[in-house]
Amino acid sequence: MSLDTAPDSPVRLPFEPLQKTNSVINEPPLVRGLLIGAALAFLSLFLLLPLLSVFVEALRKGLGAYFAAFGDPETLEAIKLTVIAALIAVPLNLVFGLSAAWAITKFEFRGKQFLITLIDLPFSVSPVVAGLVFVLIFGAQGWAQPWFGENVGRVLFSTPGIVLATVFVTFPFIARELIPLMQEQGTEDEQAALSLGATGWQTFTRVTLPNIKWALLYGVLLCNARAMGEFGAVSVVSGHIRGLTNTLPLHIEILYNEYQFVSAFAVASLLALLAMVTLALKSFLEWRYADQLAATRRH
Amino acid sequence: MTAVDRPGRRRSRRTLPGFTPTLGFTLFYLGLIVLIPLAGVFFKASGLGFAGIGQVIGSERVLAALRLSFGAAAIAALLNAVFGSIVAWVFVRYEFPGKRLFDAFIDLPFALPTAVAGIALTALYSENGWIGSVLAHAGLKVAYTPLGIVVAMTFIGLPFVVRTVEPVLREVERDLEEAAATLGARRWQTVLRVIAPAVFPALVTGFALAFARAVGEYGSVIFIAGNFPLVSEIAPLLIIIKLEEFDYPGATAVAATMLVLSFLLLLTINLLQAWTRKK
Amino acid sequence: MRFRHSAIRLVLAAALSAFVPGTQADLLNVSYDPTREFYKDINQQFAADWQAKSGQRTRIQTSHGGSGKQARAVIDGLEADVVTLALAYDIDSIAERGALLPADWQARLPNHSAPYTSTIVFLVRKGNPKGIKTWDDLVKPGVSVITPNPKTSGGARWNYLAAWGHALKASKGDAAKAKAFVTALFRNVPVLDTGARGATTTFVQRGLGDVLLAWENEALLSIGELGPDKFDIVAPADSILAEPSVALVDKNVARHGNRAEAEAYLNFLYTPVGQKLAAKHYFRPSKPELADPADLARFPKIALFRLDEVFGSWAQAQKTHFADGGQFDQIYQSK
Repeated sequence: MSLDTAPDSPVRLPFEPLQKTNSVINEPPLVRGLLIGAALAFLSLFLLLPLLSVFVEALRKGLGAYFAAFGDPETLEAIKLTVIAALIAVPLNLVFGLSAAWAITKFEFRGKQFLITLIDLPFSVSPVVAGLVFVLIFGAQGWAQPWFGENVGRVLFSTPGIVLATVFVTFPFIARELIPLMQEQGTEDEQAALSLGATGWQTFTRVTLPNIKWALLYGVLLCNARAMGEFGAVSVVSGHIRGLTNTLPLHIEILYNEYQFVSAFAVASLLALLAMVTLALKSFLEWRYADQLAATRRH
Repeated sequence: MTAVDRPGRRRSRRTLPGFTPTLGFTLFYLGLIVLIPLAGVFFKASGLGFAGIGQVIGSERVLAALRLSFGAAAIAALLNAVFGSIVAWVFVRYEFPGKRLFDAFIDLPFALPTAVAGIALTALYSENGWIGSVLAHAGLKVAYTPLGIVVAMTFIGLPFVVRTVEPVLREVERDLEEAAATLGARRWQTVLRVIAPAVFPALVTGFALAFARAVGEYGSVIFIAGNFPLVSEIAPLLIIIKLEEFDYPGATAVAATMLVLSFLLLLTINLLQAWTRKK
Repeated sequence: MRFRHSAIRLVLAAALSAFVPGTQADLLNVSYDPTREFYKDINQQFAADWQAKSGQRTRIQTSHGGSGKQARAVIDGLEADVVTLALAYDIDSIAERGALLPADWQARLPNHSAPYTSTIVFLVRKGNPKGIKTWDDLVKPGVSVITPNPKTSGGARWNYLAAWGHALKASKGDAAKAKAFVTALFRNVPVLDTGARGATTTFVQRGLGDVLLAWENEALLSIGELGPDKFDIVAPADSILAEPSVALVDKNVARHGNRAEAEAYLNFLYTPVGQKLAAKHYFRPSKPELADPADLARFPKIALFRLDEVFGSWAQAQKTHFADGGQFDQIYQSK
């Protein structure tokens, strides 16, 4: 990255619409350069190089081998299953996230920090344990299985188990993204809307949602990325049946274990690309609605 | 809660609708997806009795693994807190070439399956890797040491701090900074007294989340850790080993201990965060 | 709220109804990691054979993973019709803890229910720069040995037991000497991967270590896959006879009503076609006379000892060596 352009920032300032050319609220060029340098160095070491190495491995045998990896019917089945799991997990956690954030940030009640911590808990649960809990419940010796197996159907080693594990692992994402922002924003806007005669639902959709839409989008993107990339928990409940219960991450592991390094990294790069496509979409939306964004930011 | 809070609390509850249904749904969903399943872990572990759990947890090897998991996670979260806030700051405040590209990469550690991340990081940081070979010249061994565990944990927790600090930083009113400047504050004073307090709660949240995620991480860590008992064996690996021996009570005892420790740490951080916000 | 609840219910119901029934296979074979290529061929041949004999079309599905983990999945409810795992101990566990098949399962098929066997050999870097020839070379200072963790990998248990058995024989049954030998060996191990394939990757891709302890079939396969110009196989004078076992899971075939097919599938492994395929995929066939001599020529001559000769039984070996606080754990206890 060309760091050298950064210190000459006064020239670039007009590109940032909100920025006022006011030196008292900006840092000296040297500090800017150092900060940008530190950020880029950190990102390169921990993010860019690992990503690059995935693509280097994936393209080691050329583009032909790269694309051949996606023609495999088992890969397609894995993609399908992964998308299904994400399509169920993300909306569920979206509804939960909105409702939890509303209850927590707009009202005062006892034990709020306790509740927030409980919501955080799935983050700290090792994926290994996240899978194990469902085995303890729905396994052949699990406590819910005798009744559940009779009346509902199989959970473990089939799609419902995979969906459950995914929902569990991605549980806090959207709530956790919304809570700090909504706390920061307070309740004044909503109070104002209500006093002007808006209904509760109108207040939520016309005042709250526009205020939080970017954080909400981040949350959905993160939740989706994690839902598609989850390995540990899903691995425990999947059963690894080829073409039936393998998600993309599990399929990648299998390919890797079969010395099909190119295919493994090609499929992995697909997940990485997926993350980047959704983010490109986000960047586009930000750019497209920059005026609106500025407006909501300024109220 | 003090009596002073009460009037305000009553008023807000009356004016804003939806408290009961949203909290009700939150608790219901939380119970169904998280609490009931996790209760199973404690139930299974309780089969050992207090003495039995104490024996499992008190063993030298389990203690070493817990120390390693929590210690490495704390270091990784700290690294992420420092560099994550710099990254968020740079993204919000400055323009530089490649910014959008880097911005698009940030969430990658979530999308990349942890096993792939582990393999890629090991390839980079082992002694014949791009970074590892450079570090080896400096006499630093990363892969297959506790240092490698920190690297993997930093990677998987990276998005948390950036993504929690970024939106809040965007909200900080630049007018306030200008006001501070006009009142004679130096730039560093403004940053410290005006911006830092506004961002701090979000930063703490990001730290807590990165920490929590790192403590339990398995997939990416086992590739780079070396997995030596007492040295580089993480607690989740011990759980796997106990499961391999069909020692479900032992495995759940370790899992339950990790859960309680993480919960207490997160609760402390969240209370601290709420307290700083009130101040 | 009512709207939300019903929406969720709708989504859940749609998900459950659309995907639960799935397309279950006629036969599910739960196997361990390195058998994928082998069973892919077997499945194809067997399906043709089964159709010719019974007139039924059949679809066989396989699941691969670490042997112990696969055994646990079957115990927890993965409905395997047949299991083809890395060690008899894992199938013993299914019999004991899941009660899915009788405890004497090993007597039901020829050759202790092992249609093919293998052994543990050394994979070294091309030209064998450290001159590694025997087990005793592995404990020399400066030799770096790659083997996965016996606590998490079935293959690694064979490695460990092969080394122990060798030392025990060399010292005429002195257990203390065997322990000292294995301890010295593991002092030369720089990383304990959790699975056999992980260890292979460490050795091959990371370039770590002078010698990899590996299944013979894995070593032969990885040489083929990863470059014959980079590695050599060294066969020690003596090693263990590794017997990956196969078994029918009675409870599950009863539930699925496919016992005849599952039995035919396992018996197929002992037929000339099955034995030829085993040898082709670098497993030592239990009836070598049925296999292709050209394939057999690839197996070096090694004096093989059986596990029960040295360790009694898998249950005993497991208890003495790999259980919590066992011989293996003692190697890593703080000095």
